[in-house]
Amino acid sequence: MGILDKEFSDSNIIITNFDNLMNWARLSSLWQLGFGLACCAIEMMATSASHYDFDRFGVIPRNTPRQADIIIISGTVTLKMALRIKRLYEQIADPKYIISMGSCSNCGGPYWEHGYHVLKGVDRVIPVDVYVPGCPPRPEALLEGLLKLQEKIRNESSVKKTA
Amino acid sequence: MKSSKEIFEILKAEFGDKILELKEDIPVDPYIIVTPDSTEKIARFLHDSSDLQFDSLMVLSGVDDNNPVKTKDEEGTESLSGGTLSVYYHLYSIPLNHKIVIRAVTEKENPMVQSVESVWKTADWHEREAFDMVGIRFENHPDLTRILLPYDWDESSFPLRKDYKNPEFYQGMKIPY
Repeated sequence: MGILDKEFSDSNIIITNFDNLMNWARLSSLWQLGFGLACCAIEMMATSASHYDFDRFGVIPRNTPRQADIIIISGTVTLKMALRIKRLYEQIADPKYIISMGSCSNCGGPYWEHGYHVLKGVDRVIPVDVYVPGCPPRPEALLEGLLKLQEKIRNESSVKKTA
Repeated sequence: MKSSKEIFEILKAEFGDKILELKEDIPVDPYIIVTPDSTEKIARFLHDSSDLQFDSLMVLSGVDDNNPVKTKDEEGTESLSGGTLSVYYHLYSIPLNHKIVIRAVTEKENPMVQSVESVWKTADWHEREAFDMVGIRFENHPDLTRILLPYDWDESSFPLRKDYKNPEFYQGMKIPY
């Protein structure tokens, strides 16, 4: 069920409930923090470009965490960067969401054993909503991840705790 | 254009016992081993001499030679200690179109090599990286601080040494998988 519960046929009035309206607004304009880390960032940029067109889902890159709703962790999270990511995440206003993109930020990827400098999964410092597997994931996979996140937001409730 | 043999002879005539050995029968580029306490003088000569004119330091690398000495105590338990670290300088002369590799070997216990930053500015960050990763200290370097690892990284911890052990935590974040 979408935002429309009932529609009056001869006027511009629709009736819906609060949650549906808020969730629809949130999931349709997920402004993204412009933040790229490694090779995954190249795929993320390809997703933003005209061929895959992230913008059609309302994903627009913003240059400050104050204006962003989601952060896509696109690449290898080093220990040095992990502290910065945590700070950026804390600066994003609620409600905020996180997509972990690619093997590195999911679990350390190829650096899992000998990467003295790599955090083995970004979920050790910030809570992740959607994990996108791949090394790096194709733009289609990132779009799928975004659709999954939209699905998650669609089922949120302002009264009941979901996560 | 000079061969590595000729370059070795020129250096030997100039610096005598500071120039230790020329290694030629190896599958990689031939290299000359020098003592670590005179690299600056040697570098200055390599750069300024009209026969050599090494105006380009292509790369400077710090290496753990992985050659610790095995010692057994009375109960028969083996322990590893000592060994050496090396600095490799890959040099190229643009006007004369010849190359040479210089290697300075230093003790792992107190690794000390003279800085060549005053000769080739390129060496500045390369030496900082060698310090960062394998812990070689460069004498007379203008700013020998960590370059890639965070500044608050454990002072005596150098991750590209062969005997490096991962710490459990860094700033509250668990490091092992």
